[in-house]
Amino acid sequence: MISGVVLDLSNILGVLIALRPEIIITLAALAVTVLAAWRHKTVDDRQTAAWVTIIALAVAQGSVGFLWYQGYHPFGVSPMVTVDYFRLASATIILLGALLTVLLSLSYVERERLWAPEYYALLLLAVAGMLFMAAGSDLVTIFLGLELMSVSVYVLAGINRRSQHSAEAALKYFLLGAFASAFLLYGIALTYGATGTTNLLLINFQVQSLALQSNVMLLLGLGLLLVGFGFKVAAVPFHMWAPDVYDGAPTPVTAFMAAGVKAAGFAALARVLLTAFISVAPVWQEALWWLAAVTMIAGNLVALAQRNIKRMLAYSSIAHAGYLLAALAPGTVVGAAALLFYGLAYTLMTLGAFTVLAGAGRDGERTLKVDDLAGLAERRPWVAAALTVFLLSLLGFPGTAGFMGKWYILQAIVDARQITLAVVLVAASVISAGYYLPIIMAMYMKPAPSADSHAGVQVVGAARWVLGVTAILLVLFGVWPNAAMNLAQRGGSDLRPIRAPSAQEEHQH
Amino acid sequence: MRQYIPLVLLTGFVILNAAAILVGSHLLSPTRPTAVKSTPYESGMPPLGDTRQRFSVKFYLIAMLFIVFDIETVFMIPWAVTFRQLGLFGLIEMLVFIVILLVGYVYAWKRGALEWE
Repeated sequence: MISGVVLDLSNILGVLIALRPEIIITLAALAVTVLAAWRHKTVDDRQTAAWVTIIALAVAQGSVGFLWYQGYHPFGVSPMVTVDYFRLASATIILLGALLTVLLSLSYVERERLWAPEYYALLLLAVAGMLFMAAGSDLVTIFLGLELMSVSVYVLAGINRRSQHSAEAALKYFLLGAFASAFLLYGIALTYGATGTTNLLLINFQVQSLALQSNVMLLLGLGLLLVGFGFKVAAVPFHMWAPDVYDGAPTPVTAFMAAGVKAAGFAALARVLLTAFISVAPVWQEALWWLAAVTMIAGNLVALAQRNIKRMLAYSSIAHAGYLLAALAPGTVVGAAALLFYGLAYTLMTLGAFTVLAGAGRDGERTLKVDDLAGLAERRPWVAAALTVFLLSLLGFPGTAGFMGKWYILQAIVDARQITLAVVLVAASVISAGYYLPIIMAMYMKPAPSADSHAGVQVVGAARWVLGVTAILLVLFGVWPNAAMNLAQRGGSDLRPIRAPSAQEEHQH
Repeated sequence: MRQYIPLVLLTGFVILNAAAILVGSHLLSPTRPTAVKSTPYESGMPPLGDTRQRFSVKFYLIAMLFIVFDIETVFMIPWAVTFRQLGLFGLIEMLVFIVILLVGYVYAWKRGALEWE
């Protein structure tokens, strides 16, 4: 049934083909590190590092596209990494998010004087970790990818060494991230204890053939894995770190965390749940149901109380983790497809919104209030129009990709007969109108307080491209989602476990 | 579970024994403290200032670099032990690992992390 090239991933040559995107990113990260060692003083040096990064991300995306169009699939059980449409679709979202982050950073690092080309090396290392999380077919690979990503992002959060808030963000993220990693690792250990393997497909195989569906050690391991991933994707009640960290980190890094880290976390979580733990699906569906419902409601309600736009977007990002969890809660391939589509839409809209925030002016981004945007539409009509598209998409307004994403999530939930969760999702979206719409109202319906207000709003150079491309893509996917949805469906349908032969079949052999 | 009983007994004995020694010495020994007697013991020297001094950040840098190369050895020794079984594949894997580490080393060296002043 599977068309395309079948790859033997127990063979090193097969692995080398499958890992091309990761190898490209890793080599580029090493190259930028060496570059940063010798040349780290002038604007040109930083620009060179940025362009090497952009080229590496583009080439990696090219190799992801190549793997996709060749239709590579693994032969049998892939030991450490796998190659399928789900991985490649996740990788595309991650690489797109990283590329937009770099473009947004180009002018930001100069203005904020973050004079360290290491910024790009760390970004590339984080991307390598994320790609490994999406590719991992073994809990150990996923954990290693997660650590590579996390450690790089801890440093990125604190890259602005002159800012106390940045240092605070980095330290909080590091401490709670290390805590979360411990949960995850303990979950992996217990899962290994119960099944004797860390390979995702073999875990399911063991659960079925040894009838471990109600094994306490396995379920405890699953619970700890959920807590660990819950921390990483900032789901309520494991979200406490997120507002302060998102608030204190430099804005492009915040965008990268909100988009890339979340996408990678969800890619790994979806693969773990839908392949390794599919036989105990009722257990984690129940847990995800509650996580999703609480995250959506709490994230949106707390965002409602924020006047500071950066904190508001941080809570909005928590609420969106809830929508993504809701897509996973049915535990179906339709849900996985909806997750991929919403992940793509969310990456675009959150990066766009943070780009506007990053342009809001020196030192202004942390203290920017809703009322400070009054009259922006008069002074900066294009920026205001783009921000309106992002906010409407975050809200889920028809005609934007955010709406189509929520529509697909609702479809997946309703197909699985989880009507209450669908009601919660719609209600949470209605609540979110309470904080997205006042920003649009302030921009369009209130006069600018003074003649020189918004003079500091600078969306220049490549950041302008980020705004344009994300806004256009969001509208495009909103009115014509078929192409993106087809890709998401191909990705989602790949998350199928192999079935262990039942006892009867084995008897016949 | 039966085979763990001696372990439980041993654990209980160790805890009781430690508690008995501590409580016993506390009850039986005479205590006549003087200012000199209650100063912290620093190998016979008179103590120099507070323990909670601030260390130079350079120590942390050196400690961090030390860990990197310490871990390198942790990976290299098992590889060296099973060198023959792993063969060419193991050699290439190890070279990849060392080259990546070398890049970090060159970076640290070039950026002056190894200089004390």
